[in-house]
Amino acid sequence: MRTTTIRTAAAAAAALALTACSTPGGDESVPGVTDDTVTIGTHQPLTGPAAAGYSTISAATAAYFAYVNDNGGIHGRSIEYVVKDDAYDPAATQTAVRELVTEEKVFAVVNGLGTPTHSSVLDYLDQQGVPDLFVSSGSLTWNQPGVYENTFAFNADYVTEGAALAQYAVEQAPDAKICVLGQDDDYGEGIVEGVETVIGSNAVTEVQTYTTSAEDLTAQTGAMMAAGCEVNVLGTINGFTAMAVGTAAQMEWFPKWYVSSSGADYPTLAGYLGEDLAPALLQGMVSVNYLPFSPDGEWVALFERINEEYNDGAPFTGNTVFGMSVGYLFAEALAAAGEDPTRESLVDAVESGDLLGNGILPLSYGADDHAAYRGVGITVVDEGVQDYVGTAYEVSGGAVAPVEPSPVPLENEGIPG
Amino acid sequence: MKTPLRALLVTAIAIGATFGLDPFRNYQLATAAACFAAVAGLTVLVGLTGQLSLGHAVLMAAGGYGFAFAATAVEAPWPLALLAGLAAAAAVSGLLGLLLGMAAARLRGPYLAGLTLALVIALPSAASTLPLGGDQGARAPFFAVPEGLSALIAVEQWHAWLAVAIAALAVTPLVMLRSGRAGLRMRAVLDDETAARLSGVDPGLVKAGAFWISAIPAGLGGAVLAVATQQVTPGGYGLAFSLLLVVAAVVGGLGSIGGAAIGSVLVVVLPWAVDELVALAPSDFGQRLDGNLAVLLFGAGLVAMTLAWPGGAARLLDRLRAARPSRFATPSTTTER
Repeated sequence: MRTTTIRTAAAAAAALALTACSTPGGDESVPGVTDDTVTIGTHQPLTGPAAAGYSTISAATAAYFAYVNDNGGIHGRSIEYVVKDDAYDPAATQTAVRELVTEEKVFAVVNGLGTPTHSSVLDYLDQQGVPDLFVSSGSLTWNQPGVYENTFAFNADYVTEGAALAQYAVEQAPDAKICVLGQDDDYGEGIVEGVETVIGSNAVTEVQTYTTSAEDLTAQTGAMMAAGCEVNVLGTINGFTAMAVGTAAQMEWFPKWYVSSSGADYPTLAGYLGEDLAPALLQGMVSVNYLPFSPDGEWVALFERINEEYNDGAPFTGNTVFGMSVGYLFAEALAAAGEDPTRESLVDAVESGDLLGNGILPLSYGADDHAAYRGVGITVVDEGVQDYVGTAYEVSGGAVAPVEPSPVPLENEGIPG
Repeated sequence: MKTPLRALLVTAIAIGATFGLDPFRNYQLATAAACFAAVAGLTVLVGLTGQLSLGHAVLMAAGGYGFAFAATAVEAPWPLALLAGLAAAAAVSGLLGLLLGMAAARLRGPYLAGLTLALVIALPSAASTLPLGGDQGARAPFFAVPEGLSALIAVEQWHAWLAVAIAALAVTPLVMLRSGRAGLRMRAVLDDETAARLSGVDPGLVKAGAFWISAIPAGLGGAVLAVATQQVTPGGYGLAFSLLLVVAAVVGGLGSIGGAAIGSVLVVVLPWAVDELVALAPSDFGQRLDGNLAVLLFGAGLVAMTLAWPGGAARLLDRLRAARPSRFATPSTTTER
């Protein structure tokens, strides 16, 4: 009787095999693309430790897509943006991205946020051949065209940012003691590497690190204060930037802060530090950026309008500009991918090098280069307003050279076509 | 039915079932299999010896790291790399379990729970201090679908097969131990330590041993997760996940292996189902709660479930079985609190 049971089970398994749902191949159509929609997905920290700093990005991107869809979409297709929460937890990212690829059948993953989180799905997306566009992190990992053919970065990489910050610091105060506080992953390491390319290895007075699960930065700030740091270069996410500045202020220590773009969004920092204290605490904070966020610029005017109309007038921050800029770049890539986009034509469109984006410096995408921005502009906070000061640097091959910013003009109301 | 034969049958059915699932469900099945291995160990530990461990996620992580490093280091065809990884996972988690067990034999109730809790909280710091790759974690090798099968099944299904097979390997010995002498000794120690000692059973030894044998399946569960996700990160084994394992054991019914299977499937499927439910709700409502609605619903669901079936799913199954005339004698589960 027992053997019959097993035989029955085996027969059932074999029968199921014939109608297998998991069987690969067979489907000719392009995943995520129909006659009137293109479905793309992303993983974002909507809850968890990084939520307070970044949860507004995907809302801004979605608002931009809603604006595009209301104005006819791209090649007549509207963009459906599926946002999955991963709580900045790599294990959750893996589940979220598998769901996007196998359940939602997304055309591409766009702007997945975070170095540890996105690293955990990089191989998976590569195996599945899913375009992995405009990763929201400045790790150099995303720029490996030979290994990850479909992965493209969006942020200027952390080494570039570190080098530009250090170059500006040296020009402002040649003899200042420069220190670095960095996250204990690619982010912090990249910033240190960038700083060292400018001032020489071992010339950094003090290097401190923290983990994203840390509760405070008292030990790190104390050590930097004891080392007599004058310029603190931070490779920190927004929450920890605010914590570092706040902790130092509590110790009545007011060094110069030079912060990477990922952790230097003034409105977000002001949210952490309080509107009354922020202008004083962040006065003179130097940072870098590559997106159009000058308060009087035409891009900002457009984005503010979209934010008002499609994002319920949420607070307008650097995250809003970031989210909408990513949306714009994707829309541009989709438009360039042709009337009937495929995953190949989308990747080809980015690799062609014809995309303009909306940055203050040209994009550097190409067949051998999956980095977005090779250069950054310096921004400074003055009386609660963060803006470019007109200085920009390009970093290539370990050398930092000043360049003239060349902002992309706004065309066709910000709808590529 | 003999345990190994029954295990073989259940494994065959589970592997057959993967054909009926789409890739994402197969991935969820692999995750559930990983949880099942860990929860089975936990449920035996809590149900049979009364030692509450809140730190089984750390034992899973230990197994996962062991698997990742060993399987990466072995330059051999994939079956050998897989076996080496599994051996390392069992060894590392077993060693940690033995150390914990030795402490556990000297601690009671809340103190043991506190110790294991501290372990979970210490994991992120340990991962950044020890050479474990910090928050970014360690990479585990990717096991591609073997040549002959690649036309038939997708990678998620292949990983589900591996997951089911490893979980079977991890849980079957546990079931045999539980129904054998070791299980009897554990129950004796739980019921009355003095009486057990009078009968020649050393409670300290039994408790430490129970911790050890419950740690190994947990470690293998960690290895399963590493196979399915090719990554081991401390973030994946946080406090929430560790408590979720306890939830799975309690919802399934403490001490019951079948209950552990039900509980594991529930803790994997329920958060996803709640997410789907939340997605149907008006978007304003969900946005105002900033994604916390899912967490809220999941918690409320668990409370309701525990109120409705205090004995867990296993007790419910028993009641159904008892209501139906059966020629198999139903083993009493009253000792398995």
